[in-house]
Amino acid sequence: MTPVPALSVEGLSVEFRTRSGIVRALDNVSFAVAKGETIALVGESGSGKSVTAYAVMGILDPAGRVSAGRAMLGDLDLLSASPKALADVRGRKIAMIFQNPRTALNPIRTVGKQIADVLIRHGNISRHAAPAQAVEMLRAVGITDPSRRAKAYPFEMSGGMCQRVMIAIALAAKPSLLIADEPTTGLDVTTQAVIMDLVNDLAKELGMATIFITHDLALAGQRSARIVVMHAGHVVENAPTRELFENPRHPYTAELIAATPDAAQSLDELAAVPGMLPDLRRTDLPPCRYSERCPRKLAACAQPLPQPIPGTTHFVACWNPLPEHALSAPKVSAA
Amino acid sequence: MLSLILKRLAMAIPSLIGVVIVTFLLTRALPGDPAAYFAGPAATPQAIQEVRVKLGLDKPLIEQFGHYVVDLVHGNLGTSLTTGQPVATELKNRLPASAELTLLGLLVSIVIAVPLGILAATKPNSLIDHSCRVIATLGVSLPVFFTGLILVYVFYYLLGWAPAPLGRLDVFFTDPPHITGFFLIDSLLAGQPDLFMAALKQLFLPALTLAIFSLAPIARMTRASMLSVLSSDFVRTARASGLSTYTIIITYAFRNAMLPVITTLGMVFSFLLGANVLVEKVFAWPGIGSYAVEALLASDFAPVQGFVLTMAVMYVMLNLSIDILYGLIDPRVRLEA
Amino acid sequence: MTDIAVTPPRESALAALIKHSRYVIGENPVTGFAFALFILIVLAAILGPHIVPYDPLASDTSESLKPPNIHHWFGTDQLGRDIFSRVVVATRLDFFIAIASVALVFLMGGLAGVAAGFFGGWTDRIVGRIADTIMAFPLFVLAMGIVAALGNTVQNIIIATAIVNFPLYARIARAEANIRREAGFVEAARLSGNSDWRILSFQILPNVFPILVVQMSLTMGYAILNAAGLSFIGLGVRPPTPEWGIMVAEGATFMVSGEWWNAFFPGTALMVAVFCFNLLGDGLRDMVDPRRRT
Repeated sequence: MTPVPALSVEGLSVEFRTRSGIVRALDNVSFAVAKGETIALVGESGSGKSVTAYAVMGILDPAGRVSAGRAMLGDLDLLSASPKALADVRGRKIAMIFQNPRTALNPIRTVGKQIADVLIRHGNISRHAAPAQAVEMLRAVGITDPSRRAKAYPFEMSGGMCQRVMIAIALAAKPSLLIADEPTTGLDVTTQAVIMDLVNDLAKELGMATIFITHDLALAGQRSARIVVMHAGHVVENAPTRELFENPRHPYTAELIAATPDAAQSLDELAAVPGMLPDLRRTDLPPCRYSERCPRKLAACAQPLPQPIPGTTHFVACWNPLPEHALSAPKVSAA
Repeated sequence: MLSLILKRLAMAIPSLIGVVIVTFLLTRALPGDPAAYFAGPAATPQAIQEVRVKLGLDKPLIEQFGHYVVDLVHGNLGTSLTTGQPVATELKNRLPASAELTLLGLLVSIVIAVPLGILAATKPNSLIDHSCRVIATLGVSLPVFFTGLILVYVFYYLLGWAPAPLGRLDVFFTDPPHITGFFLIDSLLAGQPDLFMAALKQLFLPALTLAIFSLAPIARMTRASMLSVLSSDFVRTARASGLSTYTIIITYAFRNAMLPVITTLGMVFSFLLGANVLVEKVFAWPGIGSYAVEALLASDFAPVQGFVLTMAVMYVMLNLSIDILYGLIDPRVRLEA
Repeated sequence: MTDIAVTPPRESALAALIKHSRYVIGENPVTGFAFALFILIVLAAILGPHIVPYDPLASDTSESLKPPNIHHWFGTDQLGRDIFSRVVVATRLDFFIAIASVALVFLMGGLAGVAAGFFGGWTDRIVGRIADTIMAFPLFVLAMGIVAALGNTVQNIIIATAIVNFPLYARIARAEANIRREAGFVEAARLSGNSDWRILSFQILPNVFPILVVQMSLTMGYAILNAAGLSFIGLGVRPPTPEWGIMVAEGATFMVSGEWWNAFFPGTALMVAVFCFNLLGDGLRDMVDPRRRT
């Protein structure tokens, strides 16, 4: 009996109403995060990874609409929960940190107060005790001289420090799941590493599951146990990290790996992923949204994509996946 | 913080200098003989010459300006022909009436416009939103004196709810003992609640007229500002943290949204101070506006000049206060100074 | 070798403008309505005195203070004059005041602002100082002071309105000129030997015009309100000239005693005209720069 996952997204479809038509941003997205597991949601810009997170958190743009699917956080379906139930769960059980930390913080409120707001709301802590606890949170995320910093405003802090504050806000109520949407974009490389270490350490300490959203496959490879590859609103491959890199089965994943810079490679060896994302406003989109740019396309690719089989660890949404390596023989699900 | 206030004060000084120069020029720009203006339409050539010498109008312009500034510093704004009283004294006596009216009008306006703007922003494209826009455009198109007259017609003549537009108090009442000059405050301080009600009744229509007039820019700015703030990154973070609706809309969104609205208040005051004059005429309100209008009709020039100068100085001070208030609220400005 | 003279045919630019206008009006029927209303006002201004049933100045005391009826659609005032005729004829005066004020402020403010933005340095500083000083006054109060000082005439109302709006136009024009100062076509004009003033007048000012046109429509509304307000307190237009503001002033005392039609109709005419110009301004803004839509 497989243990209940921290979050299980099932068949999520999201569309956006725009002036030029309906954008089918997500189509039948399914994946799960186990308790305490760190997974990465990887894909190029426009693949729908952030939309997935926003839909799960219930903070989609007003033009967006969940047209199908469930997001089970334990017993609760986040997508059909009442606003009150959602407001209770957000911050307390599931939290999110965003890119551009400076603009994501209230510019005219001290960081200490912003952390205290979340503590008072979710943490069963009195208004009097909250400021001191906020200072402790700042200390826990590695900010020096936290009691002085708590009275500072976001514009007085560096990008890295603001991101730490955001992490403190997100983790204040000790959620069981954290979604990190490109948290290191815009930070310099050293700070990136430090922030990622911080998130990993805190996650381990709290037994918290993490969904790490990024376009950087290498970063995902370093930090997560499992990678979910997305393309044009679809999940195309879902495998443990090592497995994915050694044995990519979806053509897109292979292209992504080839396009990812590696210190050992020269720039000449970098390949671009051929083709372009399809226009998601089209009403005639093929069932496999990669097929139009895929070198391995078959006639069979016109039929609906295969579904994940429960119990398997490596899912690939493809009728003509890359062959397995002779060396490893993992379980693969494909019809 | 002190340095912020001092800096803003320093920036107001060139404006004050400009105001003094312009009001001086206005009196000297009179077509024909300024002395004749100050002497009045019924003056003999003899009297005009006396006035000319007395006011120093025969001296070179620079010297005149010097005298003018010296007079100002001593609080001398000339003498009214019609009443024979010093202009400065009259203005001082009548100022509280205008101030009470304008402030009450602004208060009512904010109390209506801000919630309207917030509501319109939280429900975009709803009935509330469209009504807010229509009210705003109408408010801007209605001449303020016309609004006043319509209100008088409806509420006094037709419905009989409001008293006759004859000034600050009905004839049966006497003014409360003068402490602030604001009847609402003074009557309460003197422990006379019925006087308070009487003053309030008279204030109701003129304040409402002013409020309707200034609703539009405040509501429109609040709505636009709230809309912008509600779609900002930090409000998204607040929602993702599960904060209560009240905290998100008021503590997070509204406080940020009010910053541009406060800046708008400067412009609103410009309209209000001008509209004050018109409203005072409609409601026979004994403020500085009607003082100037009466003087104008009698070709009595010194009060008009004193009035323009006073209004301008008040306006500069008001803008200064708004700047300082903004700096106090927005830490980004405060800590930069 | 063939020389291809490339001059864009004039008709196509005009046709494009008409097509675009039709699109915007179609998109937003309110703008179309405002435009129709504008035409109506212009017609009333031009044809007014010729089509009204009564002489606006003719008094007939036997008919004084009659409420609206078949013979007098808007009723009569205390001197027996037909209010409908007076309101329609007043359109010409108020409209003229509005147009003249706006034209004057466009020239004064537009040129000053463009010069400030283009030349910078002392020109910029002086124009800035003048604008700041004007803005230090509550605008209506300044207009009062100017008309009181210069004299109680319609010209002075126009001058006062123009002065009071000067800072706004100067600021807009300056910003636009600043942007275009380094633009390609300016460089080209300079290289072909045009003097700075020619460049200002023929290259930059025409480009600044569309942006200012939006503001001009809004200023028309403000100018009418300003003139009406000044007339209401006895400055500017003198009786018996029919002008909306002064008619409201004359009708004010009667409002309190129930003869509402004296002040109501001219006041409503004021409101309709200003409303029309405001809507038109909004519509023009959508046409010229859809990004600035509120």
